[in-house]
Amino acid sequence: MVKEIERVGLPAVQICAIVPIALTVGANRIVRAVAIPHPTGNPKLEKNEEVELRKKLLRTALRGLTERIQEQTVFKQEDLSSEAGKEK
Amino acid sequence: MGRVKVVHYLNQFFGQIGGEDKAGIPPQLKEGPTPVGQLLEKESGDRFEVMRTIICGDNYAAEHLDEVEAIVLKWVEEIRPALFLAGPAFGAGRYGMACGTMCKAVQQKLGIPAVTAMHPNNPGVDSAGKEIYIIETGDSTLDMKRVVSKLVALSLKVLDKAPIGMPQEEGYLPRGVRVNVRVEKRGSKRAVEMLLKKLRGEPFETELPLPQFDKVVPAPPIRDLAKAVIALVTEGGIVPKGNPDRIEAHNASKYCKYFIRDLNDLTGGEYQTAHGGYDPVYANDDPDRVLPLDATRLLEKEGVFAKLYDYYYVTVGNVTAVASAERYGREIGERLLRDGVQGVILTST
Amino acid sequence: MNQLLLRKVFIQDVVFGDKTEASDHVLRINPEELVRYILEDRRLQSVAIKIARPGEKKRIIPVKDVLEPRAKLGGPVTTFPGFFDSAEPVGTGITYVLDGVALVTCGRLVNFQEGLIDMSGPGAEFALFSKKLNVVLVMEPKDNLGRYEHEEAVRVAGVKAASYLGLAGIAERFDEELRFPVATLGELEDLYRGLPKVIYVDMVIAQGLLHDNYIYGLNAQGSLPVLLSPTELMDGAIVSGNCAAPCHKNTTYHQQNNPIVEDLLAEQGKTLSFLGVIAMPVRTVLLDKERTCNQVLKMARFMGAQGAIVSEDGGGNPEADLMMLARLFEKDGIKTVLVTDEYAGRDGASQGLADVTPEADAIVTNGNGNQYVILPPVEETIGHLEAIDVITGGHTGSLRPDGFIEMEIAGIMGSTVEVGSENLKTIAV
Repeated sequence: MVKEIERVGLPAVQICAIVPIALTVGANRIVRAVAIPHPTGNPKLEKNEEVELRKKLLRTALRGLTERIQEQTVFKQEDLSSEAGKEK
Repeated sequence: MGRVKVVHYLNQFFGQIGGEDKAGIPPQLKEGPTPVGQLLEKESGDRFEVMRTIICGDNYAAEHLDEVEAIVLKWVEEIRPALFLAGPAFGAGRYGMACGTMCKAVQQKLGIPAVTAMHPNNPGVDSAGKEIYIIETGDSTLDMKRVVSKLVALSLKVLDKAPIGMPQEEGYLPRGVRVNVRVEKRGSKRAVEMLLKKLRGEPFETELPLPQFDKVVPAPPIRDLAKAVIALVTEGGIVPKGNPDRIEAHNASKYCKYFIRDLNDLTGGEYQTAHGGYDPVYANDDPDRVLPLDATRLLEKEGVFAKLYDYYYVTVGNVTAVASAERYGREIGERLLRDGVQGVILTST
Repeated sequence: MNQLLLRKVFIQDVVFGDKTEASDHVLRINPEELVRYILEDRRLQSVAIKIARPGEKKRIIPVKDVLEPRAKLGGPVTTFPGFFDSAEPVGTGITYVLDGVALVTCGRLVNFQEGLIDMSGPGAEFALFSKKLNVVLVMEPKDNLGRYEHEEAVRVAGVKAASYLGLAGIAERFDEELRFPVATLGELEDLYRGLPKVIYVDMVIAQGLLHDNYIYGLNAQGSLPVLLSPTELMDGAIVSGNCAAPCHKNTTYHQQNNPIVEDLLAEQGKTLSFLGVIAMPVRTVLLDKERTCNQVLKMARFMGAQGAIVSEDGGGNPEADLMMLARLFEKDGIKTVLVTDEYAGRDGASQGLADVTPEADAIVTNGNGNQYVILPPVEETIGHLEAIDVITGGHTGSLRPDGFIEMEIAGIMGSTVEVGSENLKTIAV
């Protein structure tokens, strides 16, 4: 769906666990999620730790919305790096 | 030989009512043909007689598909024509969807043959599916005369119950049904010939087109995040407890939006997951694990971005037909854009 | 330069006689002698030799493999290397073929992946085996024989019988001689410098019972890809232990008569330079697929391949290998054509392959294996008719009370074979 939202002209970032599928299907902005049943959570953590994890993920996602990109990009959670155009 | 009575469906533009500004008009009934209808009559050597033309605004049709279908069926049934034609819709998506839907309804519910025409990528191709013949068009309406003549030729064959040839001959879109045929050359020979063409850079045609996922040019990024309106969307099926709108656990037939202004957190008591494709335990315990509302609100309050959109959109992305997912994405995107959203965060499982 | 001379002895009938020999276009078989030879393998309890001719109202079921009787002139090299005393490289010298005869292994079901051959009626139109004089071994294993032993016993019996009959063809007279030069890479480079260099990747499934292949007599499981010259295939370097599914498994016959090899050789020196064949084992685990595909890429690069034809063996997970190879080859600049078949459902509306990739833009399809057919009853069934209810393509109730069979062509031997021997294709309407 995120590809179609982007096609309309809105930058859209997808948080998902299976990054290769998002790449194949054509999403342009991708952030790796924690896991399939809890993409933005981690039941092993305390609640307040989970919220911090979510904030961090979302900050990365928001960064993905503000960067000019030429090709599909997977945005990593380190503050400064992103990894462009990974296929396969 | 008597003339063939036809009812013709068109949008507001080809019906000569107006442009985008008139896209919201409800169905109108006109006795006789519009200029496109007259072209149909002429191309048929006057065999066709367009008795009625139904004109409907593209937006109205898209937003009230069931209602428009009922009206169209009524107006068609009143005079029971021999043939129902819609479009040509070319690349216009909403128009194509309406054409496909109306044709399918008329053919299946009234038993009247129905034919339309549109671009192969028109989302309307999926709405008519495998049941309706769709003449292939390009993007340009300059092609109208050629398209109309193909439309007429195929319609006449359908009416006369003549054998219909292959898609390439007759000009219709393959309906996605694959049949075995005997050909002159054995598979290995065809493979060698295909390779030679490929090696020489000559055009060749694959015998098994695979579904391909096209790439989209990235949209311009948000320039000033602090001033931006952000929306949350999820394919993870997070819905109010009880799933009041009954989104299906797989192959979802719809998407929904839910109001979240003033809501700072999703709790398991009030929200749940409807998605049947992953272990629901964690999401039901804390739906923020799939739709991260709590953290998004915190970032909003910190001023990282200006405002979280008042609604979130949700569907279930489990074995959902690719065509459906594309349509949901497109519509959600269009609505969010219209409502002033500048960026979207989508979570999927 | 080396060469293979393929001498075809045209056979127009097969009968039983006192001596196994081929003369005047008739193959005479001494059945007792052949039976004794087969039953040297104590794992088999009995074997009956039956003959099914084109046009006869006969049905053969369940079929495990089909082989063509071929033998080499002189020793010690034999066809089907690795199955007898010799594992010496084949593909050169002189090979005799009993053209028109096929050896069919049949008998008690090893497992449900076995198939059917009809000699007349609508079922006969689906594959070349209905036009062969089929010599059928109907074999019963010893009681309580394990399935692996059973499979091996019948497979080896097939090779032995094909070899035994092939030897009968060796005589003064032959009807057609085909000459295949066997060139080294250097010789090909000298001869055909300006022509595009092409390889053929022959996928061979290597996934377990009734899903195996043998290269020089070795089970291909655990084997990395192997380089073969086109003529090695003609001498039985690849023997099939695969039965999945009857419509699209490559029988030993299909490897001996590999049409991709034939059609590439027909263009040798004219439009392309055919470098050789890579037999590529196909395993289920992703790591193995990556390992094997990358080895094939390495070999292809090493040979300087510019184009490749890749054929599938079986269906389902091997399509991941097809796609992986297409990706690797195309990204490396090797133009690739995939040869496969499809399971598009009985209505033809389903996505026919298990995997996709944008680089797979040149595919030849040999038909939809789910096409449904109704076959009339026959006068004689060689084998076990009731097996139809359980074999691939059949289902419970396939054998109707009125004797007709309702089934998918998936159960008919070779109907959609993926090396492209047949002229069936699927089109979208």
